[in-house]
Amino acid sequence: MTRQVAITGVGVVAPGGVGRENFWGLLTAGRTATRAISLFDAKDFRSRIGAEVDFDAKAAGLTAQEIRRMDRAGQFAVVCAREAIADSGVDLTGMDPGRIGVSIGSAVGCTMGLEEEYAVLSDGGKRWLVDHTYGVPHLYGYMVPSTLAVEVAAEVRAEGSVGLVSTGCTSGLDAVGHAVQLIEEGSADIVIAGATDAPISPITSACFDAIKATSPNNADPEHASRPFDGTRDGFVLGEGSAVMVLEDLESAKARGAHIYCVVGGYASRSNAFHMTGLKPDGREMAEAIRVALAGAKLNASDVDYINAHGSGTKQNDRHETAAFKASLGHRAYEIPVSSIKSMVGHSLGAIGSIEVAACALALDRQVVPPTANLHTPDPECDLDYTPLTARDHKMDAVLSVGSGFGGFQSAMVLARH
Amino acid sequence: MSKFDLDDLRAIMRESAGVDEDIDLNGDIADIEFTELGYDSLAVLELASQVQRKYSVPIPDDAVHEMLTPRAAVDYINKQFSIAGV
Amino acid sequence: MSPTTAVVTGLGIVAPTGLGIEEHWQAVLAGKSGISRITRFDPSEYPTKLAGEVAGFTAKGRVPGRLIPQTDHWTHMALFAAESSLADAGVDPTELPEFEMAVVTSSSSGGTDFGQHEMERLYQNGPSWVGAYQSIAWFYAATTGQISIRHGMRGPCGVICAEQAGGLDAIGQARRLLRTQSQLVVTGGTDSSLCPYGLVAQLPTGLLSTSDSSDRAYLPFDTDAAGYVPGEGGAILVTERETTASARGLGKGYGTILGYAAGFDQSERTDRKPVLASVIRRALDDAQLNTADIDVVFADASADPKQDLVEAEAITEVFGARGVPVTAPKTLTGRLFGGGAPLDVATALLALRDGVIPFTAGPNRLANGIEIDLVLNTPREAQLRHALVLARGYGGFTAAMVVGKGDRAAS
Repeated sequence: MTRQVAITGVGVVAPGGVGRENFWGLLTAGRTATRAISLFDAKDFRSRIGAEVDFDAKAAGLTAQEIRRMDRAGQFAVVCAREAIADSGVDLTGMDPGRIGVSIGSAVGCTMGLEEEYAVLSDGGKRWLVDHTYGVPHLYGYMVPSTLAVEVAAEVRAEGSVGLVSTGCTSGLDAVGHAVQLIEEGSADIVIAGATDAPISPITSACFDAIKATSPNNADPEHASRPFDGTRDGFVLGEGSAVMVLEDLESAKARGAHIYCVVGGYASRSNAFHMTGLKPDGREMAEAIRVALAGAKLNASDVDYINAHGSGTKQNDRHETAAFKASLGHRAYEIPVSSIKSMVGHSLGAIGSIEVAACALALDRQVVPPTANLHTPDPECDLDYTPLTARDHKMDAVLSVGSGFGGFQSAMVLARH
Repeated sequence: MSKFDLDDLRAIMRESAGVDEDIDLNGDIADIEFTELGYDSLAVLELASQVQRKYSVPIPDDAVHEMLTPRAAVDYINKQFSIAGV
Repeated sequence: MSPTTAVVTGLGIVAPTGLGIEEHWQAVLAGKSGISRITRFDPSEYPTKLAGEVAGFTAKGRVPGRLIPQTDHWTHMALFAAESSLADAGVDPTELPEFEMAVVTSSSSGGTDFGQHEMERLYQNGPSWVGAYQSIAWFYAATTGQISIRHGMRGPCGVICAEQAGGLDAIGQARRLLRTQSQLVVTGGTDSSLCPYGLVAQLPTGLLSTSDSSDRAYLPFDTDAAGYVPGEGGAILVTERETTASARGLGKGYGTILGYAAGFDQSERTDRKPVLASVIRRALDDAQLNTADIDVVFADASADPKQDLVEAEAITEVFGARGVPVTAPKTLTGRLFGGGAPLDVATALLALRDGVIPFTAGPNRLANGIEIDLVLNTPREAQLRHALVLARGYGGFTAAMVVGKGDRAAS
């Protein structure tokens, strides 16, 4: 029999507050953490808004050497891993390290560290032949995104399968999905899984400026992320991380762990259409949803809530609304849907795992987080998107989806145990 | 005489967005939609931003929706020149 | 063989040793090195001046014109290799169910050269100078996305980053998909970080060779081992379910993916012992094979004296002193990061096909404590049934894969 996978610990670093409970507090209050970018001087940029984490690495428990060594994305992930492990109560030191795995997602890796060092080595872009004498000791760690998985693996002393999954903006969902596969097939008993990204830097902001994907609503940052709203005009770049403890359900039960939920099913499909464009019919996302539900042995009627990708671009929100209808039929109209990106922005690869964390908390606490800033209906987005206010709601199974550059479409079904 | 003509556009297309092997850019392409010429929305955004840089003329966000064919693009770009008073 | 056994039916090779299967394979057998002074930029001021460039590769004519400015060199090479590999497999993707074909590649550093150019424009001229394609060319998923689009593959596509070990992890993931949801998976990887920043970023690790002598720069297991030479390129493999391959009369193709295991080494930062030996044993168990069934080992061969010793000791622990022939053709290409292990798997399959173990060009005097049978000086003919491929990635990634001989003859 295939093993089942439980989520027993949750750690979050998200805009609006470090730590799982601050994150949940923000979501349930319907507060937005989007603001004018402070991480760099954005005056020459089209979009000058970001969902930033007020992150004090030292206060978050990192040592001087950890702070020097790790790029911001790495710092987020390690802080999250520590919170998740403490939350799960699991004693990793008592386990065979070969049975502990790590699966971390990231869309842009250590871009921030890489860019900051580039600026120095190139002396402000002047030198194509960058000056190697200015290279910091951990520079190669910024070039390879796998560093993010290395840092978490080092933290938990894992000797099992360790990997960095990088499928653009579905990285976080896919990294958790990969962890589920490792446990189900018996390659690992416990996997520290999640994702991290810290993309609020000039190069990443500029590349989204160039394709006009981010919101230019600089006059009103708090209300700039408007998924499913008729006036939406792009996503708001965010940052953060969520890391969770995933373990074999039977082992989790045996040690009396608190089980947030089980991962019932996961699937990913690609649209093979366009690197950034989406077909309006949502066909491949609908297929991923159907396969994830089948994996969970559930029907459309069993889904009680959808945590949407809801990035707030014109095409995305229409695309996934179509996907929900295609895969769930009339059930899509009966259940609450919401996008937490309205509050915490879009942290690229990280957001998929932050959304899984939100689903785990939603199932555990039976509250649906809202879609903030949703005032103006869009005729093409005609589902119940849970506007403005969190809602008490009975949920046994929820769906989380993601969509990413490269054509990736992923879906995960989480269920109460 | 217009400041920006089809040949200027052809040069930018070749340089910035590449050429589909099945398309003869030197041919009569003025009224063929960019998508049929193998240029997607990203390519048109890239064209617009190249024009913006090369000629120092601002190209608004909605340009992509206006610039559906090479002729429309040339017209639109010339209109931006006159608005900018270049 | 079970119906879901993973069979390799196509190989696409873009390597410093050659473009295409036979060019690469003949260069490997002849010990013809692809390592020379870097031409992509002037390396004079850097301590490392050598690299394995794919000299014969230009995107024009090999990659659709529209895709060239949209993507980095690393993706150009992968698009060409994927197309070659599918042609080699004789598969027409339009004839297979779209959701049952996937692409899983490894990437170590993404579109490095493209990214450096765009950062230069940003820092010299300002944000509006960053091009529209930066958003799709630099990130690590670019190659998988572009191959998926080009060949209409809509299955569970993915990207795994684990530096030099990532290539085996990608193929391992492909095998996992073939066992569950997919009939055909395009896998493997390429990498290219041969731009100034890509090279310079590696220097602080102290793992790069600084030798200027192309035939003495990369000497794994040798007394003079002093680091690796970076290279570019890799291999893209078409893997299929045995049943899908058989339906086209391909039998076992180039060979089968029989075993795979991954682990993570903590020995550099803790008092734990290295994991390589246990990863090898797990890969053998996974393949349901014994040590006596393995006829050749393709080593990771980092040429860092300490890591060489760790690898040699693991091989000796599992197979006994000089208990199995070991080789490292990567001395001809340099380390190819995400593309390295897929190229080793491709080379291993060709070795199995032709019953010949390519030799390790370069080393001639094994370092103290290295008690392996490193194949040197000339290729060694042998009856080969199974090969073991090892790969390690920066930071502790460790992977092993067992491949079995196929039934495809040399063309």
